[in-house]
Amino acid sequence: MAAVALGRDFVFKVGFAEVCPTGLAEVDALAGGLPQGCLTEVYGPASSGRTSLMLAALAQSTGRENVCALVDASDAFDPASAAAAGVRLERLLWVRCGGNAEHALKAADLLVEGGGFGLVVMDLAGTPAVTARRISMTSWFRLRRAVEHTPTVLLVVEQQPHAKTCASLTLEMRRERAAWSSAPDAPSCSRLLRGIRVHVDRRKPVPAAAASFESRW
Amino acid sequence: MFAAIHATSGDSERLLRLAQEFSPLVEQTAADTVALDADGLERIHGMPQQIAAALARRAVERGLEASVAIAANLDTAVDAARGFAGVSVIPYGDEAKYLGSLPLTLLGPTPEMQETLERWGIRRFRDLAALPELGLAERLGPEGLRLHKLARGAGDRPLVPMREPLHFEEEAELEYPVELLEPLLFVLARLLNGLRARLVSHGLATNALRLRLKLENRSEYTRTLRFPVPMLDTKAFLKLLDLDLGAHPPPAPIVKVCLEAEPAKPRAAQTGLFIPLAPEPEKLELTLARLRGLVGEGNVGSPELLDTHRPGAFQMLARPLAASPCRRVTASLLMRAIRPLRAARVQMASGQPVHVQAEGVRGHVTAAAGPWRTSGDWWTADPWARDEWDVALSDGALYRIYSEQGRWFVEGSYD
Repeated sequence: MAAVALGRDFVFKVGFAEVCPTGLAEVDALAGGLPQGCLTEVYGPASSGRTSLMLAALAQSTGRENVCALVDASDAFDPASAAAAGVRLERLLWVRCGGNAEHALKAADLLVEGGGFGLVVMDLAGTPAVTARRISMTSWFRLRRAVEHTPTVLLVVEQQPHAKTCASLTLEMRRERAAWSSAPDAPSCSRLLRGIRVHVDRRKPVPAAAASFESRW
Repeated sequence: MFAAIHATSGDSERLLRLAQEFSPLVEQTAADTVALDADGLERIHGMPQQIAAALARRAVERGLEASVAIAANLDTAVDAARGFAGVSVIPYGDEAKYLGSLPLTLLGPTPEMQETLERWGIRRFRDLAALPELGLAERLGPEGLRLHKLARGAGDRPLVPMREPLHFEEEAELEYPVELLEPLLFVLARLLNGLRARLVSHGLATNALRLRLKLENRSEYTRTLRFPVPMLDTKAFLKLLDLDLGAHPPPAPIVKVCLEAEPAKPRAAQTGLFIPLAPEPEKLELTLARLRGLVGEGNVGSPELLDTHRPGAFQMLARPLAASPCRRVTASLLMRAIRPLRAARVQMASGQPVHVQAEGVRGHVTAAAGPWRTSGDWWTADPWARDEWDVALSDGALYRIYSEQGRWFVEGSYD
């Protein structure tokens, strides 16, 4: 994962009115960052780097002193990984929904309505696709309407895209390859899995574009 | 004009209440002595002698054995009340003459000064008052001068009135027991409005609300709401009480409601163009209360890592927004935890995992690395030691599995 050295209050304009950087140079170059007042959808299969992108965005936003919120539908957030990625945990509100996607939707709605958060992430990546598909378009529209005209970035992480027209930016992610330590007892390796290479496709707005980044220990 | 009452028997609480019957400006100079501002009392009681008599009469009615004195200055009144029995009225200008016979111990000199004065043969007010001021200042310093002034009855200390501790409480007795939340909220709204009006009139806000409910079964049910900042928003208070009582309903119908506010100075916040985004504390409190109602008490908060190497060790703090130094953002491969921990069945071949099966996770191992041995807390009663493996399964995902005491678990997936 290549973190980009952006200024603390860096907000730049590419296509959207105002965007916040994700902290990943390749993704920022591809998408221009995460648009404020809009719904951004990141989707892909397991181990495709969605969590890396999500936590990089949280690290960037909390690093700029913003208070952020994570609605964790499947209770999969690992605080140690997040702290290692640079997320300032004391500026993060973590809502654990224990596998209830409906609670996650309501919680995200409450947080966006409450206002004042720099980034609200709804993590549905661990929610079964069947359950996620049951979320009605009305709910997505309500979320989009709630975040509109606010400085909040609403990021949804899923296995498949569900927000459809409600999402202003849609990124599809997949893993290109995994890098393994050549020998488990090799002195140079710090962990067993050394990293993954992630391919990102921008599906929306058109025209589609692609980029890749490395996510390493 | 000041009056002083010195009780030779009876408690100080009754003495204080007696003084407060006559004047709102009351100072308790000692446990058994109170002084009060008697200006204006002549309109009610007449001459100073009559005021003193009224005070003495009231003291007897209250069961207090007390001596009363009235003088033009506070210290003289107090010394006279403590020194003379019965009722004393000291005329203005004759203080030194009247106080002259009192013992010096009444002025409470320090033991060293008391000893010095004893050696000089100074035992009464008049002895000290007769000493030259300059010589006394040279030998005894400022404290000696102060005693000299008091002995002459020329004290000029102002009365420091006691302030009643501010108590913000509203209560309502209900005509019939209330079982539902909605009618209770109607009552609470009225109490909150009353409390708010009183707080505003004192220029205060509140950082805690204490709700005491007297129940039909004669028990009492108490709930306390604490706020991160002093607040005055009755709508927010009502909503917070609504959510709290919804989550923790009283066990029986309610017959009496008592609401108490802890006063605090209102928050003074300066807004700015370049302040980072953060929810307003009042709104955040409401949002947190709603989220707690939705997902449960312990599932909302800010995570804090514990000081241990044990994997997955953290605790939840009630609310975010704590200040801390900014840390460096580093790149890292991240893990999604699987909670609760899932036990797995792992097939091994030549010391390598070849097949993993757990709830929601199943596949042949296409790549693996391990074992990575970790252990910790061996010096405590709860040690841990495990062998970790990173595996790529045929379902396309990367997992961390580990074995501990011969049992396998899936810890999470890399993402």
